[in-house]
Amino acid sequence: MSDTVVHSGHAAPTSLAERPEHSSDSPLSIHAMTVAYQRKPVLWDVDYDAPANALVAVVGPNGAGKSTLIKAALGLVPRASGLVEFWGEPYKRVRDRVAYVPQRESVDWTFPVSALDVVCMGRYRRVGWLRPVGRAHKKVALECLDRVGLADLAHRQISQLSGGQQQRVFLARALAQEGDLYVMDEPFAGVDAATERAIVALLRELREAGKTAIVVHHDLQTVPEYFDHALLLNMRVVAAGPVNEVFTRENLHKTYGGKLTLLSEAAEAVARSGLKVR
Amino acid sequence: MTLTPTGDLFPLLAAVLAALCCGLLGNFLVLRRLSLMGDAMSHSVLPGLVIAFMLTGSRTAPVMFLGATLAGVATVVLVELIKRLGRVESGAAMGVVFSVLFALGVLFIERAARNTDLDANCVLHGQLESLVWWDGPASWSGVAISGLVEAAPPQIWTLTITCGLTIALVVALYKELRLAAFDPALATAQGFSATLLHYVLMIFVAGATVAAFEAVGSILVIAMLIVPAATARLLTDRLAPQLLVSVAVAIAAAAMGYMGSIAVPHAFNKPEVNAAGSMAIMLGVLLSLAAVFGPRYGVLATATRRSRMARRIELDDLLGRLYRQEEAETATVPAPRRAIKRARRRGLVAPDRLALTDDGRARAAALVRRHRLWEAYLVDRAGLAADHVHDPAENLEHLPEALPPEMGETDPHGRPIPPI
Repeated sequence: MSDTVVHSGHAAPTSLAERPEHSSDSPLSIHAMTVAYQRKPVLWDVDYDAPANALVAVVGPNGAGKSTLIKAALGLVPRASGLVEFWGEPYKRVRDRVAYVPQRESVDWTFPVSALDVVCMGRYRRVGWLRPVGRAHKKVALECLDRVGLADLAHRQISQLSGGQQQRVFLARALAQEGDLYVMDEPFAGVDAATERAIVALLRELREAGKTAIVVHHDLQTVPEYFDHALLLNMRVVAAGPVNEVFTRENLHKTYGGKLTLLSEAAEAVARSGLKVR
Repeated sequence: MTLTPTGDLFPLLAAVLAALCCGLLGNFLVLRRLSLMGDAMSHSVLPGLVIAFMLTGSRTAPVMFLGATLAGVATVVLVELIKRLGRVESGAAMGVVFSVLFALGVLFIERAARNTDLDANCVLHGQLESLVWWDGPASWSGVAISGLVEAAPPQIWTLTITCGLTIALVVALYKELRLAAFDPALATAQGFSATLLHYVLMIFVAGATVAAFEAVGSILVIAMLIVPAATARLLTDRLAPQLLVSVAVAIAAAAMGYMGSIAVPHAFNKPEVNAAGSMAIMLGVLLSLAAVFGPRYGVLATATRRSRMARRIELDDLLGRLYRQEEAETATVPAPRRAIKRARRRGLVAPDRLALTDDGRARAAALVRRHRLWEAYLVDRAGLAADHVHDPAENLEHLPEALPPEMGETDPHGRPIPPI
């Protein structure tokens, strides 16, 4: 419980650099962020500093504001208040360094584009306004598709890919952005075992390359195996820090409330019986 | 029937130009599921036209164009506003905005513009037929570009400029528009503001609507925005070809619809019909043709694919059954006669009795191999119970392109997996 966030007062800072609790080494610093939809708060006074060079799981029950947290941090939904910085800078100045993987269901997969077209979209920032995607960028995009094992399907229309393959196309697109921070919204949702393994391998590759990934994740069982850090969220930050410190029964109970009781008891019963369940 | 430069050149040109710019922009509306926006836009520009006229007393093209375009942009803003404040989905918001604005326009026309040639009827049907080249040449060979440029009415100029700008927009912002249509969140995150692109697109849709509807009327504008794109969507699955096909469909429908409006009634000794209506019907015909005969998504192609698959499964099942009977040395049981006939024709079953030929046995062995490999795979790797794997394997065996890895010599029921 060493890293449980202490809520600070409500002084409005202009930059997080002067504030001792935030560090400019952190790829993502969130200070006193509140987000509301139709006046109903979804996130309340969130303070968080993501560690550099780590794999961070964002976990919490449905409606805890996990997706909203990353969308608000990236300015995709408006913030009611609070400050967000990436490496001590506002998002606008570091767009190039942040790659975003939205939820798979957020787009129309019957859209008339090929897998390669979608991955090329990750290069648009580098290509710039008004210019077509050049050959060098297409080559990078193809390499990224290869890294997720989809080079053979580059020219398939995206509706002809399986759900897992579609998810990997999204990952390849994030790789093509060549960022230092990867923000992923539920990349493991509804994917096959092969894709899950591919994503895990990719996350580890990113960590070895000194990058950071912040991943909204649903499956509590795999958190300790896949991630170094965890952010437990339920409208507020319940706990944040290294997985082995914050991923405690007590914290999970605080995050999930009564809902976890049954699940965790079932999980423990399963563990005792030695059954293998996925 | 003969078309003359005097009576037909400018209407035809106006129709083709209107089809071009509306057809092109419509792709982005259809892809973003904003088809109704074209409808909304073409209705709500009416109050824009009337208010512009009331404020300036002028009916010149630039004034009308500005008034209507502003009304179009106001529509987009109002739709967004109502969506947010009224907490309704965008279809409902568009419906509210355009019906109210259109009604407002009708009232204004009645009240303020009674003595002018602003007319609610020609707003709906257009006035293509009025674009006559009074002192034009009598024959098509007499048409010269210089004469054309001199005589072109303002509607033609408005449409030409709009088309030029629209094509320039789509070419220049192709990748940005595509990204914003596919994944607005990524577009915004990368610094290509999806909101900005949305408004740019909507301003162009408003402009194209206005330019087109003075000539062809608001009903045809709606059809021209949506139908070509919807037709092209059935024929291609890449955006660039879709854009080209949609433009070709729009132009073909405009030209064929125009000629049809003269030729078809003439064939029955009747006077010609409204050209705009005829074009809209032609668009509907082209869409139906694409829906039936489209190479991939067409009804016929789908039905053919299905029945071919069904026949293959029938044949596979017959061969598999004969193979298993040979293996178990049991008597042959009756099988569908159609499948037997087909198998005999292909030399897979002996002509005189119900038994596999060598070719048939080879194919059946490959099939049974796939079936048993799948059963073994599903038990071994996917953790299914042995009594639950027959049905999935029965489906998977018909897909020769999906083959599980080598799984030993027997399936979970102890039967041998035939070697290759």
